[in-house]
Amino acid sequence: MNNGAARLIGYLALLAAGLAAPFLFPAYQSQMAELWLFIVFALTWDLIGGQMGYNSFGNVVFLGVGMYACALTQVGLFYDVSLYNQARGGGATIFTFDWQQYLEGLAVGLPVGAALAAVTAAFLGSLVLGMRGQYFAICTLGLGIAAGEIANGWEWIGAGSGMVPPNAPDAIGNLARFYYYFAMALAVLTFLVLRHLYATHFGLAINAIRDDEDKAESMGLRTTRIKVTAWIISAFFLGIAGGIMGNLKRFIDPVDTAFAGPTFGVWMVLMAILGGKGTLWGPVIGAIVFQVFKEVSWTYLLGWQRVALGLLIVLIVVFFPQGIMGFLRERFPERFGHRVESDSPVALSRERAG
Amino acid sequence: MLDNLEILVQAPVITVDLVLNGLLVGAIFALAAYGMALVWGVMNIINIAQGEFVMLGGYVAIVMVGYGLHPLLAVPAAAILLFCLGWVLYYSVIFRVVDRDLFISILATFGISIVLQQLMNTVFGGDVQIADAKLGTVFLFDGFVSLAQVKLLAFSLAAILGAILIVFLKRSRLGQAIRATAQNARAARVLGIDTNRVYAATYGLNAALCGACGALVAMAYTIHPYIGLPYTVRSFMIVVVAGLGNIGGVIFAGLSLGAAENIAGFVFGAQYQLAFVFLLLVAVLVWRNWRLARKREYLK
Repeated sequence: MNNGAARLIGYLALLAAGLAAPFLFPAYQSQMAELWLFIVFALTWDLIGGQMGYNSFGNVVFLGVGMYACALTQVGLFYDVSLYNQARGGGATIFTFDWQQYLEGLAVGLPVGAALAAVTAAFLGSLVLGMRGQYFAICTLGLGIAAGEIANGWEWIGAGSGMVPPNAPDAIGNLARFYYYFAMALAVLTFLVLRHLYATHFGLAINAIRDDEDKAESMGLRTTRIKVTAWIISAFFLGIAGGIMGNLKRFIDPVDTAFAGPTFGVWMVLMAILGGKGTLWGPVIGAIVFQVFKEVSWTYLLGWQRVALGLLIVLIVVFFPQGIMGFLRERFPERFGHRVESDSPVALSRERAG
Repeated sequence: MLDNLEILVQAPVITVDLVLNGLLVGAIFALAAYGMALVWGVMNIINIAQGEFVMLGGYVAIVMVGYGLHPLLAVPAAAILLFCLGWVLYYSVIFRVVDRDLFISILATFGISIVLQQLMNTVFGGDVQIADAKLGTVFLFDGFVSLAQVKLLAFSLAAILGAILIVFLKRSRLGQAIRATAQNARAARVLGIDTNRVYAATYGLNAALCGACGALVAMAYTIHPYIGLPYTVRSFMIVVVAGLGNIGGVIFAGLSLGAAENIAGFVFGAQYQLAFVFLLLVAVLVWRNWRLARKREYLK
């Protein structure tokens, strides 16, 4: 059996496992749905941070924009948004959605969220992507928090009290399972699109920007345009993920869910680094390891989770910056298609070890 | 929003009040920013945990007031404690990231900031606290402008601390070693300076400075576990505007930021004051980069 067929079978097996998972582990459906979204977070962050070398703390802006845009569209198609947000799930009027309205809201809301996130990325990108390195990182950090503060003060979208996405009608069935498949489809789609993208001219171009932007520019690449395009792609998928996340969580807090810089915003970076920056599978593996660790350790840490998470960031960044994929690549270079010269340091160190 | 602007135009005395109060808090911003510039210039590290050091200093003051001590005593106490913390942090984490990629150090200090902030949140709770110094208020212009004495005190202490730091860097042996390392770390090593210790001292000094700032903040303003990041961002912004090693610029930028923030808080409403700070950061960076891009350069 050749390599390609084995790989195809591997992909199909993973897909089958993903499809069957909610029926095998019904108790963990919402955590698994979250995991697929985390995979999207890590993949889209890695497109910018890993493959293009632009470490962004502000990707969470697109998540929040997608989340709010989707929920607002879902409501706005059928009711008056400000009345809905004033009622906060109670009040004189009761807002119900039958299953047709609900699906219609989603069918319109998710694309609107994605489009709005992409437009935001195009606008912000043309402003801030001219910056390099640490300035870009801190500027995007500022953007993420500013967005949260603005959402926190904006009465129309519910301000600091947050917003509740439409209640799902009974016909939808188990909500976590419903959104599990949305999230899974999105993660698979994102993976395939990025996999294709990294194999094209565009993938080479963003890698060139990461390796030496000045040289890339002098070789004739329109670097700013490429960078903005990459950010738009990243934002597009994150926008959809935001829409799903909002509906899955059933509550949108402006600072803690939508523009959650200290949680989702940092987790994106952490998952990508943990798995291995700048690799295709790294973010996926990082997201899985992170989510399993988070869910397993959460109950044991009672109130100290956030502290533990900060420590985890420091430990990973300081001691394990190459990530799981990077570690494997160092260890088994042949499996990644790197030829090892017999007098290279890697071969010598292994000779000594073996 | 426009109504508020009109008030400012029609009653200039309110503007005076806002600007004066802004200048008072601006001195603290400038002091924290000077610490950040020091670490940035000497170690080439952008310390995201800057604001968390300020916050920790504030909690030192809160605890001391809880024991019935005067908050003024907290200023040196916070400085000493934070110096030790900075020293320990350097030898446990920071020294591993000094020569590495800048993003690694940003992320590592970001991790430290999350640890400190969540630790304080777990220990002291998320409430807003103040270390009351029990001082009165000074009224100017027939009572239209009110300045709390404690803010004036904090301002003068910040100025004194800044002056001490500058003299220390100019005159003392350690200060000279720090400046030599900032100019050329390799040459400093050749001449027998233990740069590792200089880095540790610099990081500790910065933490001590922020700790003293924090005690002043707790005394004259309020403190809670999440005030760190705004202080980090303010410091960063001030350094970007002023440039590294430009003391006059840092003071000027710090004071103007304090005044601008106060006026913005009045015009847009207090709930948007933080949004203003962060958007101002973005605006400053975009503007600086745009100016440089015309010469096909970028911020380095």
